[in-house]
Order: sequence, then structure tokens, then C-alpha cells
Amino acid sequence: MIQGIPIQCFLIVSTIMFFIGICGFIIRHNLITILMSVELILNSVNINFLVFNKYLFPHQLQGHFFAMIVVAIAASEAAVAIALFINMYRKFNNIEVENINEMKY
Amino acid sequence: MIDYTYTVWIPLIPLFMFLILGLLGMKMKGSLAGIIGSSGLFITTVLSYITAYLYFFKTGEVDGTYQTITAFNTEWLNFTDTLRIHMGVMLDPISVMMLVVVSTVSLMIHIYSLGYMKGEKGFQRFYAFLSFFTFSMLGLVIATNIFQMYIGFELVGISSYILIGFYYEKPPAVAASKKAFIVTRFADLGFLIGILIISFYTKTFDFDKLISSDGSIFSGMNTASFMGVSAITWALLLIFMGCAGKSAMFPFHIWLPDAMEGPTPVSALIHAATMVVAGVYLVARMFIVFHFQVPGALIVVAYIGAFTSLIAAIVACTQFDIKRILAYSTLSQIGYMILALGVSGYGGEEGVGYMASMFHLFTHAMFKALLFLIAGSVIHAVHTNDLREMGNLRKYMPVTFITFVVALLAISGIPPFSGFWSKDEILAAALEHNKLIFYSSVFVAGLTAFYMSRLFFSVFFGKKPHYEHKPQESPLTMTIPLMFLAAVSIFAGFIPFSRFVTTDGKAFETTLNYMIAVPSVLIALIGIGIAYFLYFKESNVPDKISSSLGIFYKTALNKFYFDEMWLFVTKKIIFNLISNPIAWFDRHIVDGAMNGVAWVIEKSSYKIKGLQSGQLQQYAFVFISGSVILVLCFIYWLN
Repeated sequence: MIQGIPIQCFLIVSTIMFFIGICGFIIRHNLITILMSVELILNSVNINFLVFNKYLFPHQLQGHFFAMIVVAIAASEAAVAIALFINMYRKFNNIEVENINEMKY
Repeated sequence: MIDYTYTVWIPLIPLFMFLILGLLGMKMKGSLAGIIGSSGLFITTVLSYITAYLYFFKTGEVDGTYQTITAFNTEWLNFTDTLRIHMGVMLDPISVMMLVVVSTVSLMIHIYSLGYMKGEKGFQRFYAFLSFFTFSMLGLVIATNIFQMYIGFELVGISSYILIGFYYEKPPAVAASKKAFIVTRFADLGFLIGILIISFYTKTFDFDKLISSDGSIFSGMNTASFMGVSAITWALLLIFMGCAGKSAMFPFHIWLPDAMEGPTPVSALIHAATMVVAGVYLVARMFIVFHFQVPGALIVVAYIGAFTSLIAAIVACTQFDIKRILAYSTLSQIGYMILALGVSGYGGEEGVGYMASMFHLFTHAMFKALLFLIAGSVIHAVHTNDLREMGNLRKYMPVTFITFVVALLAISGIPPFSGFWSKDEILAAALEHNKLIFYSSVFVAGLTAFYMSRLFFSVFFGKKPHYEHKPQESPLTMTIPLMFLAAVSIFAGFIPFSRFVTTDGKAFETTLNYMIAVPSVLIALIGIGIAYFLYFKESNVPDKISSSLGIFYKTALNKFYFDEMWLFVTKKIIFNLISNPIAWFDRHIVDGAMNGVAWVIEKSSYKIKGLQSGQLQQYAFVFISGSVILVLCFIYWLN
């Protein structure tokens, strides 16, 4: 329980973050910004975990641990993704997502 | 009683040889494959001889009658209680005789081919299929039931097809093999329908029941009729159609001359001695049914045989390809066998035609195989088939020359060579039953002597053409079979056939009828004499005669236009009126429906393939909007 702040405020913030992330994912062209958008989505989910843990089960820690796992996975995912981007840059000379459509029909 | 179960190995050994040579032949040297094939066949031949000895001299005869022995019988297919098909070995006089004929000729051809086919591409393949043919033919001969016979018919048909097309790079060989296959296959269709009609009424395939019963099983077939002709007549005529196709009787004779495109040993084995007599054998096998149920069918058989022998003999006088002359001669001689069956009666002396037919089958197999092997030897030496490019070969090829003299005298019916005895019996049978057929047969005997002597004098005497290579006598592997077959052709006439092979299994005595023998020998001598006069020395008399005969000569030279008639019937009538509409229906309606379905699917998939654009963000958008829609659905509808 955080005094004076209702749960809706947190959820509104995390929802806004989530959709900013989705919009970024769909709209942006640069793969690095897309990766950043993915991080935003993950972090909005992290906020949700923490908030629900705090408001519903204040004496337990599951939400915290989940958030930690998500952070860890996000970090490793970023490492892999950036490695991919570097390879793509070597191959295509840019990292615009539209240009990487080799897998189409 | 002697256990005859071992006879099952007679056809099985060639089958194993076929498998060994067919699967492993390519890894062997050619000569090794030939020796393996020949030695396998040698075992088969020895077994056949043992069987013949045991059957004819030891155990076959009980109380003066040759028994029918079922040496081996196993159930092969079991559809219903009445529809069962067995495979087995049946021994009776004609099947044992055929075993001897087939294995002897086949062994000779195996040995001969060692020399003749030496160094040919596909030598191993040749031996593999020779073995396969021998297996099929032996399987046909020993059939215990009519269905096994049918399977044998088809198998010899396919092996004949393969062997005619042995030189599959030569277009004429391919065309000839197709022609042979299609014509015989078409005739076999009649055979199959005949079998089905018979088995429908009698509920059995077994020769045992079909030929040795008192005929009561056919009672249902005499009453049933179709288009005013009883079912049994239809069945027998259709079965005879199969025989006519295999034995190249009119009007199915067109395939045999073309089949000469195959290697010469194949012509000798398949198209002279064994396969083409399968039809004769089948008629002989069903003879009792023919004779007692539908005598009318036998008259048809007799006339077709006589007619074929006549036209084939006339055509043979005009041809220039030596193998084709022999092919027409084969047609003519098989016509003899068929007509002999047609004029035969049943029982004792009455069955002389039947006996004569089998006798002639035996002697003809020997001397005609010999003639073909001689032709092969000549072709081997001079590298051409054309009579006009040969001549004066007797000095170069003494063995071939002498064996040809034997074969010539045998086929012309000069005593004491084998052809005389069998032809004499046929003429005797014909004289007793049908004068018209008798006179035509005597005329054919003269023609036979004439065209064979024409061949003989043109090849070994006559003009002296310039040969590029000096012709040489063939190697020993080729001349030994010639000498063996020549010896058989000399002495086979003295076998007392009426003692062994008769309609009812009881021996009878034949006597030489001088009223028939003297005229037939005389007319043969006249034929030889005319040929001597025309062809012994190079002259232009034959050309003058042929040009004075004009249109008749031209018709005979063109084989009476039977090929053209068949082409007219098939191409103009059947193809245009039946096949083309069916083909159109198939191409446009049946294929059209399938193509339409494929077209619709193809077009619609082109339309929607843009969905898979490779654009990651499109996928994400679709995925997310889908999830949003699902969530909204869950929230507003499912509550």
C-alpha cells in the first residue's frame, strides 16, 4: 500500500507505457528503436507485476521475483538482438526494418 | 508310382536364372552370364528328358492309356469357394512333349547365342530375358488350369515384346515390338473373356474337370445363348481368338513378320519354335471341349488355319528379307498345325489330325529353329538380311550349307526327313474330312518347297556378289546347335508319335498312305525343280515372271495389304470414331475439371500471397490487432 496513490494511477501509467511501446514497435523503422520499444513493453509489464504484488499480497515476493526475471531476460535479449543487428548491418549496410524482408513469399 | 514333384523345378530353374542374371548380370562378364544361363537351362533340359522318359516309357501308361498326372498343385489365389486359382504341374502326353521341345530348342538357342550375340551391348540382359521367356513358356506348357495358361500367355507375350525390342535404339525394332505386343494383347483379351465365360458357367478353371468330364458341366452353357449363338460357342471362339493372336493366325498374323526385327536367336526361339505354337497347344489342350461341345468352332479353326497357310505361303514366295521369308513360312506351317486340329476327330484312328498336329509341331520346332539359326549364321557372315545381296555362299560356309540342305528337305517334306512324316499325317487327316482343305494343303506343300528352295539357291548358289569381308564359317558355338538340330530334323520323323500322343491317350498304328505320300512328294519335288530352274544360276527369268504376273505379284509382295487394312480399321475407324471422342472427353471434361480446381486455387493464392510480405511490423500489427479484438470479444460478448 502506497499512501494516497490509488492502484489505478499505476495501471494507467503502465498501460500508457505499454501502448507507447507497441506504437513504437509498429511504427518506427530503425531496429534499435524497435528494440527500445520492446524494452518499454517489458518494463510496463514489470510495473504491473510490482504494483499488483504490493496491493494484493503485500507480504509476499513473487511479483518482485518475476520482475527480476523479466529484467534479466530483457538484458540477455538485448544482447542477442544487438548482435543480430550488427550482423544485419554488415549484410545489408543498414538496419531499417523494411529492408529486411528476405523471408517473404 | 514315381514321384513327379521334382518337375516343379523345370520352370523354376530358368526363373532363378532370370533373377540371378537380371539382378547381378551387370556385374558379370558377358560370357560368364551366358554360361550361367546356358548351364541352368541344361539342367532344365535334362530334367525334361528324364520326365519324358519316365512318363512315356515307365509310368505314364496304365492299361494302354496315357494318364494325366497332376505332379504338383498349390493354391495361389482363393477368392470364393468356386473361384480359386491353382498353380501346378500337369503331365500328359502333349505337355511332356512340349517340355522336351521347349527345353531342347531353348538350350540350343542359349548355346548358339554365346557365339551369335558375342560382344553385343546388353548380352547379360539378353540372357536374362531368354531365361525369363523359357520360364514363362514352360509355365504355360505345364499349366494345370486355364488361368495359369492365361498367365503363361501373357508372360510369353511380354518376354517376346522385350526381346523383339532388344535393339531398342533402332526405331523399327521398337515399332515391331509394340506391334507384336498390342496385337497379341488384343487377342488375349478375347482369351480372357472366353475364360471368364467358361468359368462362370462351369465354376472351375481346372483342365482336369474341363477336359476329362463327360461334358455335363457344359450343359448350362449350351442352353444359354447370346445373339443366337450358344455361350459355349462364344467362349471357344474367343479362346481361339487368343490362340490366333499368339500363333499369328489370320487376321492377327501381321505382327509375326515384323517381329523379325529382333535378334535372330530370339526369332528362332520365340517366333518359330515355341511361343507361336502356344496357340496350337491351347487348341490341342481344349480339343475335347472343341470337339464334343462345338464342332462348328472346329470348322472355323480348320478354315482359318488353311487360309493362313495358303496366303502366308504365297507371300513368302515374293519376299526378299531372308528372315521374313522364314517368318511367313512359320505362319504357313502353323496354319498347317491348326488346320490339322480343325479336321481331327476323336479317339483312335479318328484322332489322326490331332496326333499329326502335335507331330508337326515337334518336327517343325526343330527344323524351323534350325532354319532360323542358319539364317542367323548367314547374316552373321554377310551382315545383311537381303536375299539379293547374297549368293554363292556354299564354299565359304560348308556346315551352314549342309545343315540347310537337311532343313530344306525336312520342311519340303522329302522322305525320310522329319517334315515328310508329319506333313503326310496332316494331309491324310485333311483328305478324310475336307477335300477343299486337302487340296489347298497340297498346294501349300508345293509352295513351301518352292520358296524354301528359292531361298536356298539364292543364298548358296546363284550370282556371285562382291563381299566387303570374305564370309567365314561361324564359330563352333553356333555350328554345334546347327548340327544337333539337323540331326534331330533327320531322325525325328521316325518317332512313332501315334504311339505316344493321341486324343484319348490310347496308342494306334499309322500306316503310310501312298495315295497321299506320292503326290505330296511329287509336288514338293516340282516346287524344288522350279526354284532350281529359276534361281540356281543368275538369270532374269524370275523378274520376267513377276512382271508378267503384274497386279497379283504386287499384291503378294505387299503382303496382300493386310497391314494397310489393319491400319485403315484402326486409324480411320477406331481412332476417329471411338478413340478421338473419348480422348476429347478425357482431355476436356475430366482433365478440365481437375485443371479448373487447380486454376482456382492458384489464382486465389496469388491474390492472397501479399499477406506474407516479410515486413515484420505488418505481422506485429496484425497480431496485436487480432489480440485486441479477441480481448474485446472476451470482455463484451462472453460476459
